[in-house]
Amino acid sequence: MTDTLQVSNDSPSHKSSSKQLQFGVVQFPGSNSDQDCIHAVETMGHRAGYLWHKETQLGNLDAILVPGGFSYGDYLRAGAIARLSPVMKAVADFAENGGLVLGICNGFQILCEAGLLPGALIRNRSLQFRSEFVHLRVVHDQSPFTSQTPEGTLLRVPIAHGEGCYFADQETLQEMKANRQILWQYATADGALEDHANPNGSVEHIAGICSKHGNVAGLMPHPERACQNLIGSQDGQRLFSGIVDHLTQSS
Amino acid sequence: MKAKIIITPKKAVLDPQGQAVLNALEHMGYEGVQTAHVGRYLELELAGNEPCTSQIEEACERFLSNPVIEDYRIEWEENAEG
Repeated sequence: MTDTLQVSNDSPSHKSSSKQLQFGVVQFPGSNSDQDCIHAVETMGHRAGYLWHKETQLGNLDAILVPGGFSYGDYLRAGAIARLSPVMKAVADFAENGGLVLGICNGFQILCEAGLLPGALIRNRSLQFRSEFVHLRVVHDQSPFTSQTPEGTLLRVPIAHGEGCYFADQETLQEMKANRQILWQYATADGALEDHANPNGSVEHIAGICSKHGNVAGLMPHPERACQNLIGSQDGQRLFSGIVDHLTQSS
Repeated sequence: MKAKIIITPKKAVLDPQGQAVLNALEHMGYEGVQTAHVGRYLELELAGNEPCTSQIEEACERFLSNPVIEDYRIEWEENAEG
């Protein structure tokens, strides 16, 4: 049996929606997970197109993905230069108006540099580039990005980063906890928050967070690389299901 | 004028690079090194002979450093030639 890229046998049985969603995937020089993001959206039965970093007009989009990679070679700091690209003004406006924006890996770094998410990502504690599968524990399901994953759900997804250690000062962390902004934490296969299951030393084992208003999120792991069992895990699709469900329910 | 910008990790931020450098120095036999921190150094050549401090400070706050995780300081140097 050959598992074709159509993945019809992997598609989730989502409720029939009248609307086919349109995602925008931002592309910077050096982005490398943009194609995987497009593919992930297409496995959900929806559409996605590229947003070149010089674009100032987004068109009619339902959600925006800022993908992984090494935009601008991580020059100066990862994401520091990408966040000044013309497209990021449009992305910020989209977010300001409540649009859903998800930053993955380098995308998470870019959103933090842009001030759309709190805190910052720094060099992994081990100083190693870690490319491996990890388990994420979902903290709560009250966010569009986690609406299809109940609290305590474990997702097995890959990471590939050298600067994924999340940092925020104590004051910011208190505020984030009060606003329920921590969405995913690194955990063992049993869901325990242990240091050995934290691949990069992130404070509070934080793998991903959302903004105060909840419509912008970022995570270091790659859900778009976990949308087909053929390549190791389909758990990442549950994150995209949350986005799709949120958008199709509110339309 | 030359603006020499030194960017260092904030005290509250763990600096594993600094720790690795410290360990290596000890290993190499350099005694008495108590701490090491790894940062970034930028040089900007600017027109004129007066330091435009507020402008460069703003550039540091907005772009050249990340205030969440870094501190910066600026040193000014006059151009050698007139």
